[in-house]
Amino acid sequence: MEELTPALTDRRGTWKVKAGLAEMLKGGVIMDVVTSEQAKIAEDAGAVAVMALERVPADIRREGGVARMSDPGLIAAIIDAVTIPVMAKCRIGHFVEAQILESLGVDYIDESEVLTPADDEHHINKHAFKIPFVCGCRDLGEALRRIAEGAAMIRTKGEAGTGNVVEAVRHMRAVTGAIRKLHGAGPEEIVMEAKRIGAPADMLEETARLGRLPVVNFAAGGIATPADAALMMQLGCDGIFVGSGIFKAENPAARAKAIVAATTYFDRPDILADASKSLGKAMQGLEIGAIPQEELLAGRGW
Amino acid sequence: MARDVPNERLRGPRRVGVLALQGDFREHLAALRACEVEGVPIRLASDLDAVDALVLPGGESTTMARLMEPELKASIQHRSAAGMPVMGTCAGMILMSRDIQGGRADQEPLKLMDIGVRRNAYGRQIDSFEAVVESPAIGGAGPAVFIRAPQVTERAPDVQELASHAGQTVAVKQGNRLALAFHPELTADRRWHQYFLTLDGEDR
Repeated sequence: MEELTPALTDRRGTWKVKAGLAEMLKGGVIMDVVTSEQAKIAEDAGAVAVMALERVPADIRREGGVARMSDPGLIAAIIDAVTIPVMAKCRIGHFVEAQILESLGVDYIDESEVLTPADDEHHINKHAFKIPFVCGCRDLGEALRRIAEGAAMIRTKGEAGTGNVVEAVRHMRAVTGAIRKLHGAGPEEIVMEAKRIGAPADMLEETARLGRLPVVNFAAGGIATPADAALMMQLGCDGIFVGSGIFKAENPAARAKAIVAATTYFDRPDILADASKSLGKAMQGLEIGAIPQEELLAGRGW
Repeated sequence: MARDVPNERLRGPRRVGVLALQGDFREHLAALRACEVEGVPIRLASDLDAVDALVLPGGESTTMARLMEPELKASIQHRSAAGMPVMGTCAGMILMSRDIQGGRADQEPLKLMDIGVRRNAYGRQIDSFEAVVESPAIGGAGPAVFIRAPQVTERAPDVQELASHAGQTVAVKQGNRLALAFHPELTADRRWHQYFLTLDGEDR
């Protein structure tokens, strides 16, 4: 155990404090909101945090063009409207957007592929910030590269704004499958596997030792129903992001509550059946194969 | 106080429930395991029958309150009044309080302890911090992680302050109820859990 001296007191922005907030969000649902009113509906429904945005991914996808950080005025209004943590998105590699979000008092920054990347080779050096970051991944190598850059929380990328959970499932299975493969691997095998997947060897070794990612891992991208949320939890996710799935549905308040309940009681089909009753129509949803290759968001990130 | 007395003072089987609706209940279960006590996740009122003590973990207090079914709430209140030891950390402290400032108008705590608390009393995440907190309960100084942490703003005369930090009360005890503004479960130091396990169990 480390030496305890008064000189060590009151350290802000430490790794433990950054990763610790993600630990507190576990078993919870983080909801995309575009207005203060939606933020209150989300908090009422039991969301553990909200993601403050100008447009949900489904609208970003439909409208096209360059998607950037949201208006700071909107984010500030949402911060004032709720008592739960508020997250906001910046573009991949856009560390100035991240600096602005930090100065606004946002609790977590999502360096997100849903926005148009600002750097096509690098992500942000997240160690340079006092507030924590969450980043998306499609596989173990990508997850560990983001953690190496300082991400204190990981989420699957899924395919945002589609209401189709298939990509989130693919990414979660890729991560857990790759971790399972490490079981029993010797140090020399870990080094070569690290080379193959493009991950730092020490981080891969820690992952092998823990049998899971070294940080909290949420599901994101395409989750639209209570059953989708429970599916991701049973696949081993620590919690759920719901983007367009709530406020693009017919009855957002009821659906939000149901997804919160499904995330807690993910292994109780009887409770899931109850929670899934009479929610009205879910968001329309898109077949992934029908989306032109260049419009897929999950491929953004390096 | 000697730190190696402890666990046999909990009567009957040493099974400790951890409210597992949301938050860092996994860390509390691991901490209890490290203290050689069986931890039991609690989600429904019927789960509570199997345990002798209860931990309310860190997380979002509004979410946990929303997810707690009325029967579970009533059962926790009943068992606590009958003497079941209860420990709350951070959001757990808020749930145990009688009065919440800075919360939502409709946020109704469990009222297990005669304390008033202020939510997010230190500010937002940027103001979250690690500190060293001293308490006779753990026989000295220990690491403490404060994440969007609450503070105790008022307490009844029989609520004992176990620790303060920078002039604020951050650990309190009333009978066999223990509330901490910080997260001992996020550190490797198990002395707060061990202290909790020395609190007298109820007569059942």
